[in-house]
Amino acid sequence: MSRKAREAPAADDAGGISAAADLVVSAEGLVKTHRTESGTPVKAVQGVDLQIERGEFVAITGPSGAGKSTLLHLLGGLHKPDSGRIWLEGERVDTYSEARWAVLRRRHVGIVFQFFNLISHLTVADNVELPALLAGSSPRQARARRAELLADLGLEGKDNSTPGELSGGEQQRVALARALVNHSSLLLADEPAGSLDSKGTREVLRLLSRYHQRGQTIVLVTHDARVASAADRVISLFDGRIVDDAALGGGTRPGRSKGGVSGTLELKG
Amino acid sequence: MRLSLLALLARGPAHGYELKQALEKLLGAAYPQPNIGQVYVTLGRLEKAGLIEGEDIAQSSRPNKRTYQLTDAGREAVAAWFDEPTEEPRVRDEFFMKLAVAPGTGMADQVDLINKQRRHYLNAMRDLSKLSAAEDRDNRVAQLLVEGAMLHLQADLDWLERCQEELEQLEELE
Repeated sequence: MSRKAREAPAADDAGGISAAADLVVSAEGLVKTHRTESGTPVKAVQGVDLQIERGEFVAITGPSGAGKSTLLHLLGGLHKPDSGRIWLEGERVDTYSEARWAVLRRRHVGIVFQFFNLISHLTVADNVELPALLAGSSPRQARARRAELLADLGLEGKDNSTPGELSGGEQQRVALARALVNHSSLLLADEPAGSLDSKGTREVLRLLSRYHQRGQTIVLVTHDARVASAADRVISLFDGRIVDDAALGGGTRPGRSKGGVSGTLELKG
Repeated sequence: MRLSLLALLARGPAHGYELKQALEKLLGAAYPQPNIGQVYVTLGRLEKAGLIEGEDIAQSSRPNKRTYQLTDAGREAVAAWFDEPTEEPRVRDEFFMKLAVAPGTGMADQVDLINKQRRHYLNAMRDLSKLSAAEDRDNRVAQLLVEGAMLHLQADLDWLERCQEELEQLEELE
């Protein structure tokens, strides 16, 4: 049955964009090979087809070395695929140059990393406002959005702190604010709780769930099942391939009448 | 349940309903709770075995209630229980049995079995997360219980991953 899911067509003839499903991301035949230091090629992603609909909360899970992070980086344009195609908001993006991707990310994609990647010599406020200013917001708009997000994330009064003065959980919340400052349609998170204690993990999961309930599309990579189970759909990656794609919580995914997860579940009966 | 009831009685005398309430409060919603009938039946058996003794207390407008306290033998049983390390969970595992006997039956594919089991565990994990969020934050015992169940599930999921790794390697060798 897993094979069914694997072979389900990733895209229709219109070139990956299905009119029925409101897709944020669509990918087809993604392949990415890394080279080790000694020059040996390692196939990290070996032919992945993937569609993410608007409003979905998807976890990509699997053992270390399965290609989870590489896949996420491909979707965020941080790596370029060796082959395969990617559409973001209906736009073919795998052919984009790095500079063009950078512009695209500012508008459409927010990314949260395991180790926060905040700019250490900037204040919390500046870390959050910077991407808004780069995307063309006025300073006033950026300040207003920053204030709104920091309040929403329970970070009032931390505006003038530097990242080093904050706990890990707080830093990750700042990173979340930064990722959401431009109302990105896609939030990518690479092991967002990977360096947090269990309290920080719960906090980040609670916030991700909250933004998901408000309609945010989220794709997160994790090896932690507790984190994965917060999502509505879990994709299991193994050896660079999708081996399972499951809806959690008995929910069916919208806009799918055949193939994909719900079809597989129905067949399983 | 026998020994947990005995241990609760080591705190002081109590009647059946009080004991049931104490267990509920302590363990929260995640733990499968005995119904009141099971509590009374167990208390009856413990009394017959001489581990507790009951005393009827008259109540004005209601039937008598029976209050129990530990006997010396009961106290010894509780001490022995605390003294013994507890059995580690299962070496027997029904899922593993399915996985082991599936090849050659023509009725189940091992990878499908693993995927199905993973979905089941992930859904169980999701239920536990919800339970944990719904549970009173200040009930540390109940929270720890849920956390323990989640860690067990995480281990089960890690183990499924190991099974899958081994199977893939076998497939590559073939």
